[in-house]
Amino acid sequence: MLRLEKRPQPSRTLSYVTPVLAVLITMVAGGLLFALLGKDPVAAIRTIFWDPLFGEFSFYYRPQLLVKGGPLILIALGLSLGFRAGIWNIGAEGQYIMGAITGAGVALALYPLEAWWIFPAMIIAGALGGWAWAMIPALLKVRFGTNEILVSLMLVYVAEQFLASMALGLMKNPEGFGFPGSRNLQQYASAHNAEIIADTGMHWGVAAAFIAAIMAYVMMNRHILGYQIRLTGEAPRAARFSGVKPARLVLFCMGTAGALAGLAGVFEVSGPSGQISTGFNVGYGFTAIIVAFLGRLHPFGIVLAGLLMALTYIGGEAAQSTMQLPGAAIQVFQGMLLFFLLAVDMLTNYRVRFVAREAV
Amino acid sequence: MDVSAINPVLLLASLMVAATAVLIAAVGELIVEKAGVLNLGVEGMMITGAICGFAAAVTTGSPTIGFIAAAAGGAGLSLLFALLTQFALANQVASGLALTLFGLGLSSLIGQGYVGIKPPPTPELDIPLLSDIPVLGPVLFSHDLVVYFGLALVAVVWAFLKFTRGGLILRAVGENHAAAHALGYKVVRIRVLAILFGGACAGLGGAYVSLVRVPQWTEGMTGGAGWIALALVVFASWKPWRVLLGAYLFGGVTVLQLNLQAAGIAVPAEYLSMSPYLITILVLVIMSADRSAAPASLGRSFHASQ
Repeated sequence: MLRLEKRPQPSRTLSYVTPVLAVLITMVAGGLLFALLGKDPVAAIRTIFWDPLFGEFSFYYRPQLLVKGGPLILIALGLSLGFRAGIWNIGAEGQYIMGAITGAGVALALYPLEAWWIFPAMIIAGALGGWAWAMIPALLKVRFGTNEILVSLMLVYVAEQFLASMALGLMKNPEGFGFPGSRNLQQYASAHNAEIIADTGMHWGVAAAFIAAIMAYVMMNRHILGYQIRLTGEAPRAARFSGVKPARLVLFCMGTAGALAGLAGVFEVSGPSGQISTGFNVGYGFTAIIVAFLGRLHPFGIVLAGLLMALTYIGGEAAQSTMQLPGAAIQVFQGMLLFFLLAVDMLTNYRVRFVAREAV
Repeated sequence: MDVSAINPVLLLASLMVAATAVLIAAVGELIVEKAGVLNLGVEGMMITGAICGFAAAVTTGSPTIGFIAAAAGGAGLSLLFALLTQFALANQVASGLALTLFGLGLSSLIGQGYVGIKPPPTPELDIPLLSDIPVLGPVLFSHDLVVYFGLALVAVVWAFLKFTRGGLILRAVGENHAAAHALGYKVVRIRVLAILFGGACAGLGGAYVSLVRVPQWTEGMTGGAGWIALALVVFASWKPWRVLLGAYLFGGVTVLQLNLQAAGIAVPAEYLSMSPYLITILVLVIMSADRSAAPASLGRSFHASQ
């Protein structure tokens, strides 16, 4: 008979091994899923995980890895702070949208002025937009004890509607022949988030993601705030006795997550996406939740997890065009990954023992 | 704009229809939370129920089989959540989110062949005589069976929790799982059953959207109804009849904003579409002052060796 025994300390080794294990199990289960859909599982896994990196067209796919990974890493880094402290901001998708709208709003208001300060101003506006949107659930939680999970999520739907109204109304391109969507910021030099090094996918948002990862690492391990976040997550009562102000922590974690998600939004709208449109958001805010957990809420883990998740997006698209694998299959695949991750996570906290059934 | 074009009788009648999906899902979640488990995967189970029900109804031509398949689909998905949280002792918030993400993907994968199809109509149950009463008739007595099922479910759940031994055990498990375990109740087994019930209810609610309310299949069609169901449970302070009240309030706002859109009110449609979510937040804020009603063990994992 199997029995679980709680480890006195979570296993360090296993905490590194389990994410890899989860990815491998997901590959096997995903292969089964693809086989069920009538596709060759080995070819599908190779198309998703190998070809974009080392295949014939890797020169095209590799830059995409950074383009897609950048926003995922930025958002996931912010989320991980809160998740560590037991603060569940799951409305990053909404904060991402609002950051894009406020950032693009600055550019669209100033068009066609050309000046060096426009892009920095957009970045600040984007971060503030995301921050403000995250402050709504944060303040409601601090002031009224409202559940931040539900409020932040409801605000995603509100933000989506707001995005639609912007794309169809206020921000619509006056020279767009009546089509929905704003002016394309890629054609507005002062607002364009261009690649720093051509053809690498490396734009300012990706740079920001890497900088944010380093800053998050320093904060979590070397700063009192990081210590308080970890303490609150592991022992909330002890944290309060030691003088941690839970309200301040909620505001900080939610605010940072919102600002980072807003940054991701403004970098996306001024770069790869280019315009405010009804289909602007593609679910990065939700996928980032998976990224945060897959990276074990550790900044460097999140960078790796973000790149891996970007790979599934890119490989998924490749498999969609070359193998006619349905796009939704990749979504299922990503969902499965989180499942297996949570399931194998048990191994870090518990020891599985085989014991003879005890006489009752 | 012509607000007078809105017929109050039709409005009230469609309110009951609009409320039913979230009502059934919320009552299911109420039982889950009463057992001390927080399943945030309602949205995922609803959308899975929506497509399972839709597919089964289209294939067999019978809406009844559709609803049964939806309940089975929702319960099946919730079984994954039960395995994760009750046996692998995973974090319930994270597992619920995983369930929603997985369910959304799974549903659009299953639903690929079903876009643009009309499901077999669910018959309306015009109760003879009663449905002929002016005003009250069309509002209360000329709906499909599922609307009444939802009402009955509220009554049954209320009676179960208040008057039966099973209900008492369920509440004990939710309030203090260690004490319930010490008394010899199978905490994990009871919670798994509650989770399955919640999943079946969410599936039914989802199928009501795809088979009756809309009726067709589009990706992500539940549009946050599962999250609103979760909010309703908080709003209701974990009391079944207050869930009903909350569902009708929500249904009322939904129907009213749709009618206002149709009537061509000067507010852009997008802002009206925000209103159900904003009202839900508002209600959550008002209700969350008092958290004493929440089951004491809500969201905490139970492991017998502790």
